[in-house]
Amino acid sequence: MKKTRTSDIVISVCLYLVLLGFILFLDRTLPATDIALTVLKKGCIYSLVAVSMNLLNGFTGLFSLGQAGFMMIGGYTYAILTIPVEARDSVYQYFNGGIVRFSVPFWVGLIAAGIVAAIFAWLIGLPVLRLKSDYLAIATLGFAEIMRAFFQWDSLGVLTNGSNMLRKYPAFRSTVFPFVTASLCIGIIVLIINSSYGRAFRAIRDDEIAAEAMGINLAKHKRMSFCISSFFAGVGGALLAMYQTSIQAAPFKSAMTYEILLIVVIGGLGSVTGSCIGSFLFIACSEWWLRFLDAETTIGTFRVPLLRSGFRKVVFSVIIMLIVLFAQKGIMGNKEFSVSGIRDWLTKKKQKKEAGA
Amino acid sequence: MSQNILKAEDITMQFGGVVAVNNLSLEVNEGEIVALIGPNGAGKTTAFNCITGVYEPTNGRVSFCGTPIVESYPTGKMKKQYLGENAGKYTRRIVNTPDVITKAGIARTFQNIRLFSSMTVFENVLIAKHMRAKQNLFTATFRLNHAEEQRMRSETMELLKMQDLDHLKDEIAGSLPYGIQRRLEIARALATDPKLLLLDEPAAGMNPQETQELTDFIRQIRDEYHLTIFMIEHHMDLVMQISDRVYVLDFGKLLATGTPEEIQNNPRVIEAYLGVSEEDA
Repeated sequence: MKKTRTSDIVISVCLYLVLLGFILFLDRTLPATDIALTVLKKGCIYSLVAVSMNLLNGFTGLFSLGQAGFMMIGGYTYAILTIPVEARDSVYQYFNGGIVRFSVPFWVGLIAAGIVAAIFAWLIGLPVLRLKSDYLAIATLGFAEIMRAFFQWDSLGVLTNGSNMLRKYPAFRSTVFPFVTASLCIGIIVLIINSSYGRAFRAIRDDEIAAEAMGINLAKHKRMSFCISSFFAGVGGALLAMYQTSIQAAPFKSAMTYEILLIVVIGGLGSVTGSCIGSFLFIACSEWWLRFLDAETTIGTFRVPLLRSGFRKVVFSVIIMLIVLFAQKGIMGNKEFSVSGIRDWLTKKKQKKEAGA
Repeated sequence: MSQNILKAEDITMQFGGVVAVNNLSLEVNEGEIVALIGPNGAGKTTAFNCITGVYEPTNGRVSFCGTPIVESYPTGKMKKQYLGENAGKYTRRIVNTPDVITKAGIARTFQNIRLFSSMTVFENVLIAKHMRAKQNLFTATFRLNHAEEQRMRSETMELLKMQDLDHLKDEIAGSLPYGIQRRLEIARALATDPKLLLLDEPAAGMNPQETQELTDFIRQIRDEYHLTIFMIEHHMDLVMQISDRVYVLDFGKLLATGTPEEIQNNPRVIEAYLGVSEEDA
């Protein structure tokens, strides 16, 4: 365990505030539809969801693929609870305005999104967490798909609006809101990981039998990790709903879970900062930097081969394969990016230099 | 002074058609060092697993400090076959998961070392303090009970110092040499504040010099921590030197029991270990 000095904490907080200031500056100066802001907003949301998935897959060693399902539950909970009463008639136009006849402030909706996702996780966890590795992945993936179909079911339309979208709920316009909310949630996850419970989770990941022999109640701790992870996935889903300003069950496919899994693997299983870096990279590449691959381009009279709609996905797949083959640990491995880490690295380098001279 | 701390009665563990442990009964008294020996595949580790809750035995009862921790029996016709006229006496199975048994005061090590290999030496030992910590997820996350965390850490540090592992505390457990991993595993078991320590082949892979050191070490921790020790071991030097009593297991059945001298001269034990000699055949 590395010692964290007070000065490091102060520097970290300062860095965070500088970053916040920078985002505020971008938010004020760039037009609201600028691609950089889109990447930042979506990156923040995906960071939160990726870190929550990392808590489960990277820190507790439970290979779960239900993240999109919990995001959807969170997003729907938020939307259903916060649509203003006067807008309900137009949103639920096929269902006589729905059965929910009240609305709550957005922050209550956000917390409720997490809580409802955690309740679903608790219920599904009872049978599913007895399974291990691939079996757990299959069961959670199945659960997410079932939930998606369930939310589109017409008989539940008074609640979920069937396969129509929910909209007109409060959303955010500034980039600061998702940034602050996501970093607050990630901060809580980091506190959990570094607490006694976090150590117990990592012990379970390293060796279940030994963990149990050390007095760790496997069922309880696995369920705990599953619920915490789902809670934050739910909050992330709610943020995503806010970002999109409308929500529908259809896009919460397993493909979304795979995107998040990809972020976690690129960033490094067992690294919170890795997941954050991974999600910004992923979002920036898929929304911005690699967009040119999808556009047919001609330079003079020369038509660049291969570039056409859909080619981006091919390139993505190749990148994934390269990572899986040659950089299995991802960008950060299981290390963290921190001020104290950099300081240690610098002092070590200095010592080496002095020793060499 | 000595009363039995661990009592196992009629333990039978069946895996399909294989009877790994067959009607094993044993007792371990407070403060003793007891060894369980037997040829490979005799069912020694299975017996340990039944006691520590890793397996639920097909039939049998285990009590620790007078409290039953395992009471198991088959259902249906087999129940009568196993329990005879006592069948009516047992109506409720007692099944405990390993963590409950550890909390009750039985700690163990494993035959093939099972450390938390990506965690540091310090964290490995600190984990053992988790189960008794007065905290919940909320207070632990927001560091509301700083004194408790501090206590866990200082107790861990103390234990590491006593075990002479404190200079390695920031090393990753998986990268340590084999001998130190063994010692760390014992230290980690001690951190659970056990009354009874089960050691599964602590001397496996050690040379005679290291085995001798281990012998002294086991005696030392028994005295320092007021422990009772029950161990599986193949090194006969070690077993004969420090055990107060020895149980011999062969093909899942108890073959003999007694002091080390009695066991060494028991013809049936010699036969099980060396095979029947040519003159007898």
